[in-house]
Amino acid sequence: MKNAIGREIPENIPGIGKIKPFAGAFATKPDMNRQAPSVKGVRPTDNKLVDNLVEVFKKIPVTDGMTLSFHHHFRNGDGVVNMVLATAAQLGLKNLKVALSSVFPVHAPMIEHVKNGVVTALDTNYMSGPVAQAVSRGLFEKPVILRTHGGRGRAIESGQLKIDVAFIAAPAADEYGNLNGVQGPAACGSLGYAFPDAQYADHVVAVTDFLGEYPLSPISIPQTRVDYVVKVDCVGDPKGIVSGTTRITKDPVGLKIAETAAKVIQATGLLKDGFAFQTGAGGASLATASIVRKMMEKDNIVGSFALGGITGYMVDMLEKGLFKKLMDVQGFDLEAIRSIAENPNHLEVGADFYASPFNAGCAVNKLDVVILGATEMDTDFNVNVVTGSDGVIMGGSGGHADAAAGAKVTIVVANLLRGRLPIIVDKVLTATTPGETIDILVTERGVAVNPRRVDLRERLVAAGLPVKDISELKQLAEKIAGTPKNLKTGENIVAVVEYRDGTIIDVVRQVEA
Amino acid sequence: MDLRRSMLFIPGNNPGMLQNGGVFGADSVILDLEDAVAPMEKDAARFLIAHALQTVDYGTSEKVVRINPLDTFAAEDIKAIVPCCPDAILVPKVESAADIHQVVSMIAAVEKPGQTPVKIIALLETPCGIAEAYSIAKADKRVVALSLGAEDYTAGLGAMRTREGNEIFTARTLVINAAAAAGIQSIDTPYTDANDEKGLLADTKLAKSLGFKGKLSINPRQIDTIHNVFNPSMSDIDWAEQVIHAIRKAEAEGSGVASLNGKMVDLPIVNRAERILHLARLLGLIEEVK
Repeated sequence: MKNAIGREIPENIPGIGKIKPFAGAFATKPDMNRQAPSVKGVRPTDNKLVDNLVEVFKKIPVTDGMTLSFHHHFRNGDGVVNMVLATAAQLGLKNLKVALSSVFPVHAPMIEHVKNGVVTALDTNYMSGPVAQAVSRGLFEKPVILRTHGGRGRAIESGQLKIDVAFIAAPAADEYGNLNGVQGPAACGSLGYAFPDAQYADHVVAVTDFLGEYPLSPISIPQTRVDYVVKVDCVGDPKGIVSGTTRITKDPVGLKIAETAAKVIQATGLLKDGFAFQTGAGGASLATASIVRKMMEKDNIVGSFALGGITGYMVDMLEKGLFKKLMDVQGFDLEAIRSIAENPNHLEVGADFYASPFNAGCAVNKLDVVILGATEMDTDFNVNVVTGSDGVIMGGSGGHADAAAGAKVTIVVANLLRGRLPIIVDKVLTATTPGETIDILVTERGVAVNPRRVDLRERLVAAGLPVKDISELKQLAEKIAGTPKNLKTGENIVAVVEYRDGTIIDVVRQVEA
Repeated sequence: MDLRRSMLFIPGNNPGMLQNGGVFGADSVILDLEDAVAPMEKDAARFLIAHALQTVDYGTSEKVVRINPLDTFAAEDIKAIVPCCPDAILVPKVESAADIHQVVSMIAAVEKPGQTPVKIIALLETPCGIAEAYSIAKADKRVVALSLGAEDYTAGLGAMRTREGNEIFTARTLVINAAAAAGIQSIDTPYTDANDEKGLLADTKLAKSLGFKGKLSINPRQIDTIHNVFNPSMSDIDWAEQVIHAIRKAEAEGSGVASLNGKMVDLPIVNRAERILHLARLLGLIEEVK
């Protein structure tokens, strides 16, 4: 069957079951209740501190077929996922589902656990590196579920993604299970992606290498939701967890795009007091933010909040009074960690608060403008951020589709030519974010406005911006780089791309074995 | 009048930069075979630039190629580049009218029949070149602009380059005067600290106030600042429109003399006003003279 954006989706997918096709960004309404983990009691004399992971596995007990969840705040410096899966393998467990909010190259050992039957299912929002490559070549028997950050929150809240044990990598913990992300050698800032896991998992285990005095302060995840605390020697490599600083790009083409994107934001008329903004941590996104900042300074504009992954750059804007609040679901650098620890206007928010479509209102709904990237975009403005030009998975939605749906204006910034390939195609290989939620594409050779947004097009033209039809931009790119051949993939479905509301927007098929 | 507010250098040995040279909105792109390219890479850069001239869309940017000096690879450069129809050749280290004559004959020898004549922009970057500025400007009708290269020039003087640029004041004014006397454009030396936006702004304002018509640029980030300085301001345009109105009114009344706000409007004033309005029309700042 074809879904609302014309993607061919099977009605049933082995290992997943009956598919609910994507019907439109806001067409699917919730029809479920919030789930509740089982109620438990802890006596005053009970001790939550456990010597090692093996002991925790036995106490819970972790059994075959369970779902173990993890967060990705340690990014490519994470040591906890590998540690826990090694423990599972050591104890002879089989058929586990890993629910890890993002998978990084450091998680390569998972491949062996899949081959040995320890892990048989993966549920994630983003993956890159060896695991992603192996998934693309058919590592798992059943398809991996690729969600959005908000979609994962929704799935956990509703019980669609039922977590048996949440292993929460904690930069700092006390012996009674209060956790935060701002102390200890592996400080990572916000623990927002672990919030739904902690709230809804049947069992919650904190894994830390820094035990603070009770009561730990500040508290991100409270003792009331944590069953066990395991002290290990090292939770990961701090160098892979945060960057020292995030830097603005020096690439002239990236700067040109950023400058145009900033002018686009100004032309939308939304850049005024109360402006709410989300941008990524990439060099081009920061460059856009730096130009927007100059515009705000020049016109004495005070924004209401900046959202999403927070960088030192946004922290500086908060501290200079350019934004009143930061809402931080993930910190990217040392400045973001320092700030969230000490500034009451720098708020730590969970993935569900950030972007779940099925609660009483998430933060992305309050965004004026979001700047996003793309690996491909089609002439209907559908965006691919999952697969590369070779069909191999190299990313995922993360918060892409969430923020696109929520913001008043969604701007995609991308080089018209990515290496030697045009960014605009007739049909994206994998649809991640539906075109109806994308308003503007900014490239170095022109700006395209979604035909749904006649109002924006008029504003941009009036501002003298180089507005072109998207097919015109496509032709321009093809004139320079030629028309790429369509990629042939196999039939086997290796991943399903779930829209934030739980419907299936696309599937990823296997590349060569 | 050709618009040369900004002339952006693009390294000739960088395919990505050559491909993207047209996206920055510079009035001219200078595809560089000289300083940006190591001697071992001259061949490859010549090939890349020749190919770029024939295939890359540089939009409204004028296509200029900086060749190597006459005593090194200029002959090979001209032979490879001129048949690919650049708009102009930027010739470095020009020291005399004879240099220009030599370049003209080399160009003429390889220009294809029917090809739009390739213009010459002379880069003066030695004390001799500055001393001979007027004869260079007048050497041939292909010469459309003189530009100043301050780094080599100050090395030749034995002076230190400074942020303020006092050491190149004489060279600047001589270049401007020679170009104006010959009826061609003068283009200022680049501001070499790409991260110093304030310094660039001050230096460009100084260049404009002295009479330069544009500025060389080493980084795309500099273009907007340069354009903002060289663009006529709305008060410039207002003044120019009043001048033209006054002179037309005087002509209609049969008088050869006009005055504006009590000051006489003579030919140089009219020429300046016309230039401002022409530039404003080219830039789309006004549609037509009121």
